[in-house]
Amino acid sequence: MKIEIPYPLRPYTGNQSAVNVEAGTVAEAVSGLTSRYPDFQKHLYTPDGKLRSFVNLYLNDEDVRYLPEREGTAVGEQDTLSIIPSIAGGD
Amino acid sequence: MLRLSVQIYDMLRQHGEETYPHECCGVLLGHFLEEHGRAVNAVEDAVRAGNTRADSAHNRYQIAPQELVKIQRMGRERGLEIVGFYHSHPDHPAQWSPTDFAEAHWIGCSYVITAVEQGAARQTNSFRLAGTREEDKAFEDQAIEVTGQLDPGYEPEPMGDEAARAARK
Repeated sequence: MKIEIPYPLRPYTGNQSAVNVEAGTVAEAVSGLTSRYPDFQKHLYTPDGKLRSFVNLYLNDEDVRYLPEREGTAVGEQDTLSIIPSIAGGD
Repeated sequence: MLRLSVQIYDMLRQHGEETYPHECCGVLLGHFLEEHGRAVNAVEDAVRAGNTRADSAHNRYQIAPQELVKIQRMGRERGLEIVGFYHSHPDHPAQWSPTDFAEAHWIGCSYVITAVEQGAARQTNSFRLAGTREEDKAFEDQAIEVTGQLDPGYEPEPMGDEAARAARK
């Protein structure tokens, strides 16, 4: 499957905008990404292993947090996982 | 430097007027360039986004991640990247706030803020989120270059003093 990498995180994937990984679940896909690019890990997860609060994982158009099996959701070759930092603010 | 056409510049300012007294927000698509050793965020298109902070839309904004995913996909199909974001500050200066900084995570991107006073767009400033990670990120003043002006006398004013100085360099 394909993992789309936003610009701010590309320095940790050799400036690639998308990375293809072989995976059966979302968790395996992320694990495949971070094992290939170890520096990526700390930008996704807190030191205690939780996904950073401002990082969103979208499987195609679905927020992984709200899928019944979350990161255990099965994926196929045609799926795309997007890593999207949040955008918000105000005065 | 942030480079955008006068049409896009006017559109994002107009968006702030339309949503007043609420904050507007949107996404800037384009290319990351480097010219003479200086980072240039060259905007090719701007996409209006919905403000999901209905609970406090007068002083907060948030773009739904799902909308961001779609905008990013739409941009990539056209060979464009997300190079920045814009929002308005109703009756508040065009300066980044502690909330803006805390919620800024797109390093390298431009954060454009337009002050809207009593429904009229005033100052527009841009800030580039510099750094390499959350722990060392910082907002830097970013000059704005407005291209394609039909009126030679058109000036994208008022602009922040810092940005204006940088633009003249």
